Amino acid sequence: MAPFHQEHEPLGGKLVTKTTVVCAILALIAAFLLAKRMVLGLGSVTNLNNGFPWGIWIAYDVVIGTAFACGGYAMALVCYILNKGEYHPLVRPALLASCFGYTLGGVSILFDLGRWWNAWHILVPQYMQPNSVMFEVALCVMSYILVLWIEFSPAIVSKVPALRPHKRKLEKTLFVFVALGCLLPTMHQSSLGTLLVVLGYQIHPLWQTPLLPVLFLSSAICMGFSIVVFEAVLGSAGFKRSIKHEMPQLAKIARIVQGFMVAYLVLRFGDLIVRGELGAVFNSGLRSLMFLIEIVLFATPIVLFSKQSNRDSRKGLFIGAVAMLLGGALYRLDAFLVAYDTGPGWHYFPSVSELMVTFGIIAAEVLLYIVFVRKLPVFYTHKLTAEDLAAAHEK
Amino acid sequence: MAVNRRDFLKGAAGGGAALATAAVATAPAQARENKPMPPNAVGLLYDSTLCIGCKACVAGCKEANDLPPDFNTAEQLWDTPIDIGPKTFNVIKLYASGTAEHKDQEENGFAFVKKSCMHCVDPSCVSVCPVSAMTKDPQTGIVGYDPDICIGCRYCVLSCPFGVPQAEYDTPTPKIKKCEMCRHRQAEGKIPACAEVCPTGATVFGPIAAIDAEIARRRAMVPGETATFERRTLGSGDVHEKAAPKYLEHVYGEKEVGGTQFRFMSSVEFEKLGMPALRDKSYPSDSEGIQHTLYSGMIAPAVVFAGLVWAAKRASHVEDEHPEE
Ligand code: SF4
Ligand code: SF4
Ligand code: SF4
Repeated sequence: MAPFHQEHEPLGGKLVTKTTVVCAILALIAAFLLAKRMVLGLGSVTNLNNGFPWGIWIAYDVVIGTAFACGGYAMALVCYILNKGEYHPLVRPALLASCFGYTLGGVSILFDLGRWWNAWHILVPQYMQPNSVMFEVALCVMSYILVLWIEFSPAIVSKVPALRPHKRKLEKTLFVFVALGCLLPTMHQSSLGTLLVVLGYQIHPLWQTPLLPVLFLSSAICMGFSIVVFEAVLGSAGFKRSIKHEMPQLAKIARIVQGFMVAYLVLRFGDLIVRGELGAVFNSGLRSLMFLIEIVLFATPIVLFSKQSNRDSRKGLFIGAVAMLLGGALYRLDAFLVAYDTGPGWHYFPSVSELMVTFGIIAAEVLLYIVFVRKLPVFYTHKLTAEDLAAAHEK
Repeated sequence: MAVNRRDFLKGAAGGGAALATAAVATAPAQARENKPMPPNAVGLLYDSTLCIGCKACVAGCKEANDLPPDFNTAEQLWDTPIDIGPKTFNVIKLYASGTAEHKDQEENGFAFVKKSCMHCVDPSCVSVCPVSAMTKDPQTGIVGYDPDICIGCRYCVLSCPFGVPQAEYDTPTPKIKKCEMCRHRQAEGKIPACAEVCPTGATVFGPIAAIDAEIARRRAMVPGETATFERRTLGSGDVHEKAAPKYLEHVYGEKEVGGTQFRFMSSVEFEKLGMPALRDKSYPSDSEGIQHTLYSGMIAPAVVFAGLVWAAKRASHVEDEHPEE
């Protein structure tokens, strides 16, 4: 047997650990709560109301969750579209995380839909409503989930003897899916921002702007890059894997994130100035505070990654990536929930059950990720020298 | 801090160029105009100065639409809706200030206002619905809802600038609830129940052209002089007399978010009555403008896709030349 990418190997190891058990329990609790929602309705589990018809399930599970799952997209952009083969070892782990992030995001939308049994209407030509940004997002996300699994499928195919003969054919056509895998997220990650444009005055001026699609897309790409850095560093600790060979690429990714964030902040403030809303930065109470926290988080990778030594250290990379991820997540949470005001008298804060479902979905993602990387050829395994091993253990 | 300035600027310039291109692409986004009034549009005219707050319309609406009582007091003795909701398509609200002695006066006065769907000319709820469950009749302009198509995403609830569509949360089979201008009654040749039962003609039904003419007639009235007002339908001939009030020049719904088919006349400022101050441009004109700019005919995505396929193919060739086998 001469598999195509021999360097990809399963990590092996135990499946039942403290982490996986905790994750499984959280996922089960979420499954129970979702069953309750199915029988008794959304109100039995969530604090949703007609002033806040979208809550944390949409804001986190879908909007933030899919942005966290942009690693596969970001890596495909640099590795295949910019043709930088050096990033290749980082692609497959990123793809896998994207598969889970998107699939579970897609599943959680179904639970949020009041009339979920009609969901297939999205695909019926006579019902399709292309003026609706949600229609575009729904179609793109559905297709992208498929595309992601196809992109990841070589890892599965090589493990299933019956499928192995088709591997070559699959790899020959894969480039079409890689291209789709770059187009679809570009469309829906920007459109997740456009979703809010139609809400007009109901979204606070610190967030409401025709640039929403640009701001959402650029921050999603950076969150994609950051999750790759985050997972590489965390994975190296969790799976006791050396990432020595990946450090130069991670440092370059940090550079890209930094550049994007400078541009993002220039656009964000430029837009506030053009719209004459700069004053709102300071006189909007809680919203001002949330906005400023976002800005500090976005500025962190800019400052941190300007230093070579930080880009070359696992700690520097990790802090910068986490700040970027938190900034992007907060930006989305703010835009969808904190900035939304449909009139006096409405309040929303997620219920405990609602939050438990969100935690359960995250736990399910982590659990599946661990199982997959232990059983399937996802990570690159580099031939480690004795010194490498010793160095890795010292850390 | 040892900032490597050249590298820093290079990275920033790259990201900046990408973002600037994207920003320019969305810039001509304001292209779409507000939608025009449908040819045979019908609507409602509500005159706050005629309303006596009897709430016959609230009861009439419930009966016509088979809606349950909406209890909000401990005793649960009678229907006490506080606002529109899943059980209530239409409410009369009270504005009161100071001693609340004088009707239709802003200081120390009071006034009533009706709340139900505005039947926007360019409705957000229709623009956002992914599956055409919310539709605007191309002839009458009535904004209707079909639960058999609806997926329950609640984007309509989120987007309506007036907070009208109401979702249900206490059932596994929730629907969206809102005023559909009694289209089921109109199909039988009847008029909306709220206009039918109104004893003072505060709510009247009619074609938009007639409503426009009636608004012009009332605007021209001399305050204090005896004037005539029709009940139920404009042109019904069922007329009563009353001293003309001093109307505001502003008629709510003529311009707001591209116009609505439900119009309001009042002596008390609309913001005091709890109606949002809205711009003339509809919100769907913004969002659809962006979408149409980016996706019209799917040309831009097709071009981008072609480029991506080319690049991805090139990358996969490189791999073929250096097989890792
Ligand atoms: S008021 Fe709201 S629900 Fe009624 S037509 Fe306008 S956008 Fe739709
Ligand atoms: S809840 Fe139903 S009617 Fe409202 S936007 Fe969604 S699918 Fe359309
Ligand atoms: S038109 Fe019909 S549904 Fe609408 S408020 Fe009047 S009575 Fe109620």
